Amino acid sequence: MPTEQKYKENVVIKNPIENIESPVLKIDDLSVSYGGDKYAIQNVSAGIAKNKITAIMGPSGCGKSTLLRAINRMHELYPNTHNKGGVYLGNENIYELNPIQLRRKIGMVFQRPNPFPTMSIYDNVIAGFNLNGIRLKRSEKDEIVEKSLREVALWDEVKDALHNRGTFLSGGQQQRLCIARALAYTPDIILLDEPTSALDPIATSKIEDLLVKLKKDFTIVLVTHNMSQAARISDYSMFMYLGELVEYGKTKQMFTTPKDKRTEEYLTGKFG
Amino acid sequence: MNISTEISDRKMKQRLLKDKIFTNVMIFLAFLSGVPLFLILYQLAIKGYRQLNIGFFFEEAPDTMEAMVAVANNEIIPGGIANGIVGTLIIVGLASLIAIPLGIICGTYLAENAGGKFAGLVRFIVDMLQGVPSIVLGVIGYIWIVKPVTNGFSALAGSVALSIMMLPSIVRSTEETLKMIPGTLKEAALSLGVPYHKVILKVILPTGISGILTGVILGISRIAGETAPLMLTALGSTVVNTNITEPSSAVPLLVWEFYNDPNLVNMIWSASLFLLLLILGLNLSAKAIAKKWKVQY
Repeated sequence: MPTEQKYKENVVIKNPIENIESPVLKIDDLSVSYGGDKYAIQNVSAGIAKNKITAIMGPSGCGKSTLLRAINRMHELYPNTHNKGGVYLGNENIYELNPIQLRRKIGMVFQRPNPFPTMSIYDNVIAGFNLNGIRLKRSEKDEIVEKSLREVALWDEVKDALHNRGTFLSGGQQQRLCIARALAYTPDIILLDEPTSALDPIATSKIEDLLVKLKKDFTIVLVTHNMSQAARISDYSMFMYLGELVEYGKTKQMFTTPKDKRTEEYLTGKFG
Repeated sequence: MNISTEISDRKMKQRLLKDKIFTNVMIFLAFLSGVPLFLILYQLAIKGYRQLNIGFFFEEAPDTMEAMVAVANNEIIPGGIANGIVGTLIIVGLASLIAIPLGIICGTYLAENAGGKFAGLVRFIVDMLQGVPSIVLGVIGYIWIVKPVTNGFSALAGSVALSIMMLPSIVRSTEETLKMIPGTLKEAALSLGVPYHKVILKVILPTGISGILTGVILGISRIAGETAPLMLTALGSTVVNTNITEPSSAVPLLVWEFYNDPNLVNMIWSASLFLLLLILGLNLSAKAIAKKWKVQY
């Protein structure tokens, strides 16, 4: 396997944590399995930069969604998962935290818009508080709802229909509503799992603009299938292949001078 | 070219005719399957409407002598089925109180643990329960409650027998409804840091409310007309009884009693009509709820 060997040597960044200055989140030698000895991701180490957009790219089945879900322990919804290594938020290993508390610090937006169908737009935004039994004054709620909806540029579109069901909005609006729902709780980090893959190009570009604006207040980690999306909006990019973090660095640099041959082949469309 | 079109025109006419005949036969047969219900309703209405007055709903069932005199004088039989209505309300209400929470919890468990071994066993048992003959449930009510608990026939025993009877429909409708709800909703709630029990209670169950309620109402309508288990448990009563440890009447029991008493035979029609309309009403409301409360996701 000479070529294999060559690839291995090509991996310049051995421990990418050191490449990111003052990371808000550190993934340390993390491996995740959905059961048995087969690992969906293996020995991934990376630091996530504060107030930046980090994109995770790679072909289907490379483990990018697993990596994302391991950050707020959503992968544990499947039975028999186990993992090695750790993820550190500040100095705390998230696997030693209570997942419920953790998820209040790390919000998530999913592939398909999933507003709560029984709730109004207003209640959807405030759901993180209501469902967790946090009592707020009416005025505080109003303020949070308006602020969150303004942040996702949805306020002007829905301000007269706040008490209508969220499911009557268009797909793009629903997805922005879901982002607002995640933001309302002011998490440290927002994870997005292919948030635009179910949307049309116009809705997609709105969400991309939105994410770029949001990074001043939040740290964003984004899984995307779409390379040009990663190139457009991310500051840092990860390329994953077969459960391994192949390359991680500044997006500009990765797209212009990839260090690993597999990254180059993926980016030039030779596979994926 | 012209010839071929002509031929196909003729064939086309034949086909259209066949199509028409077939459609009409189908409409006719579909109509035919609805006929029994209308015949029954018609029969009951014609024979029973005379009995349906205010007293019918608020007076207790007449005794044989009263009825005999009334029939001899060609009058309407006095009295009504109030003891049956109250009994049915109490027995069915109590059965619902037992079966609804249990059924919804069980159905939720089955939906949440779809692949589990224990869930598979529970599902199998629930399916078997559905097939238990209703008279056997009456025997069970007799053994469990009548003898050891209430020391005699009682509404409570009837409720227990009927609650077992309505359980499977609630369990399965809850399970089927919840299985249809996309998993992403659960993920959305969990990703907000909502504890699991609140996800179930505040997100999943409210989303499935229309399907669950439909199952509940169909379960109620199934047991409301049930007679056999009540014969061995509630027994029947000639007076309105609100004590659940005492024997109680129920509308279907009254129909059976009227049938057994030649002087009261005329009451069968009105009591049956009432029972049928009650159950039709329940079924219609189940449909209405399913439609109105349907959650779009």
